[in-house]
Amino acid sequence: MNLLRWQRPELAAWQSFGGLSTLRNEIDRLFEAPLTELARTSHFLSGSAPVVDIYEDKDNFVVKAELPGMKKEDIDVSLHDGSLSISGERKSEQKWEDAEVHRAERFFGRFQRTVALPSAVDAGKIKAQYKDGVLTVTLPKAEEAKPKQIDVQVN
Amino acid sequence: MQTTLEKQTTNNRAESVEYVAPNVNIFETEEGYVLQAEMPGVSKDGLEITLEGTEITITGRRSPEAVAGEPLFRERNTFDYRRVFELDPAIDTAKVSAKIEQGVLTVTLPKSERVKPRKIKVD
Repeated sequence: MNLLRWQRPELAAWQSFGGLSTLRNEIDRLFEAPLTELARTSHFLSGSAPVVDIYEDKDNFVVKAELPGMKKEDIDVSLHDGSLSISGERKSEQKWEDAEVHRAERFFGRFQRTVALPSAVDAGKIKAQYKDGVLTVTLPKAEEAKPKQIDVQVN
Repeated sequence: MQTTLEKQTTNNRAESVEYVAPNVNIFETEEGYVLQAEMPGVSKDGLEITLEGTEITITGRRSPEAVAGEPLFRERNTFDYRRVFELDPAIDTAKVSAKIEQGVLTVTLPKSERVKPRKIKVD
């Protein structure tokens, strides 16, 4: 019978670098992805800034941010001078304070991300939805920023 | 948990291109292990957890998102998530449970009764 419990050396938290696995992903990608792909996804040093996608259609800009494991009320969305800010705080869980930590790759703490929008939006009609850890902000374009069809009369 | 020993799948290049490893936290208590994995964009339907031999594989497929016009800027990964861990033999695999909330998967892996620490009463 083995009465000695083998104690694993504790892994240091490496949160400021956004997690070891992210770093590993980046290294994997370095060998496998073309350089442009690498530049596009290289955000492992960003730490506390969530990654975003921005889309545009005729009437709206749509910003999608990855914010896994948040409470809806802990996310703030605001608009200043044509820039959209997404901020908030992911609170660490008291529940696991006494537990032995084997891996700590998730980010906890305050985060913020600001994106400049290419044209004016109607601040009163901005909508945000949070589902499956992805925040989707829909920003309708201001009337003056929408493309207009101008009929040109040629005589 | 041998769960800290991660199965390396990088020898299979095709696979490592297809998937991205989610960030995880793993905690151990007297009762068992808890594994949390960040998989934004994955709902309950896209989740697949398999226990095979001494390994646990977590796979998360992103829900299809409505195409919202032309992309102006993209930095989100589009790959599905996958990561493999080796299990501590102390885990009672029949009692493993999982849930996903706002893109965070929580897998609870209780230790079997026989390995839990217990106090022996001295008569």
